[in-house]
Amino acid sequence: MKNTVPLQLHVPEPSARPGQPPDFSWVKLPAAGSVTRPDIGAEPAAIREHAFALIRVLDDNGNAVGPWDPRLDPETLRRGLRAMMLTRAYDNRMFRAQRQGKTSFYMPCTGEEAIGVAQAMALDDRDMTFPTYRQQGLLIARGWPLVDMMNQVYSNSHDRLKGRQMPIMYSSKEAGFFSIAGNLATHFPQAVGWAMASAIRHDDRIAAGWIGEGATAEGDFHHALTFASVYRAPVILNIVNNQYAISSFQGIAGGEHATFAARGLGYGLPSLRVDGNDFLAVHAVTSWAADRARSNLGPTVIELLTYRASAHSTSDDPSKYRPADEASQWPLGDPIARLRAHLVALGAWSNEQHAQLAAEVDGAVRDAQREAESYGTMGVGEHHSPATMFEDVFKEMPWHLRRQRQELGF
Amino acid sequence: MSMVQALNSAMDVMMGRDDKVVVFGEDVGYFGGVFRCTEGLQRKYGTDRAFDTPIAEAGILATAVGMGVYGLRPVVEIQFADYIYPATDQLISSAARLRYRSAGEFTAPITVRTPCGGGIFGGQTHSQSPEAIFTHVCGLKTVIPSNPYDAKGLLISAIEDDDPVIFLEPKRLYNGPFNGHHDQPVTPWTEHPSGEVPDGHYTVPLSTASVVRAGEDVTVLTYGTMVHVALAAVAESGVDAEVVDLRTLVPIDIDTIVASVTKTGRCVIVHEATRTSGFGAELSALVQENCFYSLEAPIVRVTGWDTPYPHSLEWEYFPGPRRVAEGLRKAMGG
Repeated sequence: MKNTVPLQLHVPEPSARPGQPPDFSWVKLPAAGSVTRPDIGAEPAAIREHAFALIRVLDDNGNAVGPWDPRLDPETLRRGLRAMMLTRAYDNRMFRAQRQGKTSFYMPCTGEEAIGVAQAMALDDRDMTFPTYRQQGLLIARGWPLVDMMNQVYSNSHDRLKGRQMPIMYSSKEAGFFSIAGNLATHFPQAVGWAMASAIRHDDRIAAGWIGEGATAEGDFHHALTFASVYRAPVILNIVNNQYAISSFQGIAGGEHATFAARGLGYGLPSLRVDGNDFLAVHAVTSWAADRARSNLGPTVIELLTYRASAHSTSDDPSKYRPADEASQWPLGDPIARLRAHLVALGAWSNEQHAQLAAEVDGAVRDAQREAESYGTMGVGEHHSPATMFEDVFKEMPWHLRRQRQELGF
Repeated sequence: MSMVQALNSAMDVMMGRDDKVVVFGEDVGYFGGVFRCTEGLQRKYGTDRAFDTPIAEAGILATAVGMGVYGLRPVVEIQFADYIYPATDQLISSAARLRYRSAGEFTAPITVRTPCGGGIFGGQTHSQSPEAIFTHVCGLKTVIPSNPYDAKGLLISAIEDDDPVIFLEPKRLYNGPFNGHHDQPVTPWTEHPSGEVPDGHYTVPLSTASVVRAGEDVTVLTYGTMVHVALAAVAESGVDAEVVDLRTLVPIDIDTIVASVTKTGRCVIVHEATRTSGFGAELSALVQENCFYSLEAPIVRVTGWDTPYPHSLEWEYFPGPRRVAEGLRKAMGG
């Protein structure tokens, strides 16, 4: 046939820009409890609709409903609430510390706390995590000391990474938390490799990787799914869809025509889409995926639908590209407020307890900050010697690095 | 043993000694690799220690990094060095820097085997020598053997090494010491002293160069296939050259280089790779920095041309014995 019209390039545009009212009419919210919970042995082809659904447990009244309710006891829920609140308090304080010139950079996970925290709680502490820079909740939920995290953010004398990594690029082998990569997506297929190794060694540990919806456009995302599928690796492949890759809305990553979870279907992987601001739903799908992996049934893709309520980083100004009040209009609400409402609905939480907990986590962060700052902040106080710059390039320092160290005067 | 058999033996020995050694790559499992280097390993050690992978070099390297983080010692094959580019982000941003960025918490003790170099009419996609890309990356070791004995000993050292190693295998040397005379038959390795390879475990240490021919008048710094081309050029030109097989490019054996050039006062650098920003540029700078007052003539480089490797014009591209001999004469002032 002959062209009837000139060809046109489609460049996706978000539903609202600065100065326009936020528009989330495109977010289809099935009722909490309405999505079925298949057996972990279900054939991926039989549960394809879960990649387009939205698994939700908490209803608008704070009640846990439906088959995905993980039935966590109030004590576990309160631990989850505390870890989320501690994460938020930590983020707020570190964001401010950057503004005060105490460090060069910071990235908060505000609004996304349920993801790191609930998933850490659903996994075994021995399972290996390959996070992005927005899953500090994993470390906090695993009880890793805030002081150690702050030392890294401040690149101070107690920074175990010796001031080599930008703030928030934590690493903790002890906490099963892989060194954060600034090259997006590189760690995602590495998580699969780790899981393959665990299977080769007949180990009982599984791996979990996280990636932003923006970075699913990277080749490494697809390598991860290919290898995970081929070798049936015991790994959970989490896509955190927080709507934005810096300024680019999720449509630029390919979210206009399909869900991100749906990408797993082409690889024959079971793929679940979940309300990422619903602590219980996040916990439940993670447990489901972990049980599958532990049963040699292989990988699961999970899309966690959420909203990046804060700036991408301290170097970003979201008012330049999205409506200022968009975060408050996000239809999935705030994960902390929702879990709090659930605990209240259970009769297991009060306003007094909440105020007390808020004060307690603020105090914990403040105390940690005081201690971390006694070890120095970026550019102030004691730091690692420049001689350390030449260490760890190789296990043994070769002659040319020794010579360069001498050139520098050490 | 041929170089193929020597490499196979190195992996066999290491898989037998250390059950954390796993071997994988495209076609390396059941089939044993397109050059047969991994033949029999899957049969002997099982499918979860020697297996085929999807055609995804970045995926191969990424999963190797993850396995290294777990505690395994992956030995991966990239079918041709020309195919390694999709994996360079994993090599450069992850494997090479993991020890550094985690201050030693996580490491990637990976060996990346890959056939390099021309001479088989592979055109621009099966002939390249990309070593300089890797020598420019801090945290990677780059190794390139020139004979079966070294190949096995160096590969075992590479696998045992706790840092990532790029192990380039000059494919034209797989079956014999090709000296650049493409119109003449190549002696098989079985009739060459370096083809005598012990069956068991031994190492050739990384970062040690080998003086393969002692001489007084000029030093030839070279590696891989060009070692044999240089030896032929020396024999044919009558120049009393000292031929140094570098074997490891990074970290390099500077002492052997300095001792030789200081003795001869002249230096010819020979590699098959393209010239501009090639590893010869680094060698030239090192010689100039360390041996300037011993030099009696400008340093000469004999290399591949700065063009893609052409298919039918392969032998016009390849820096064969005639061009190396010219380089030797030039360094001697003639």
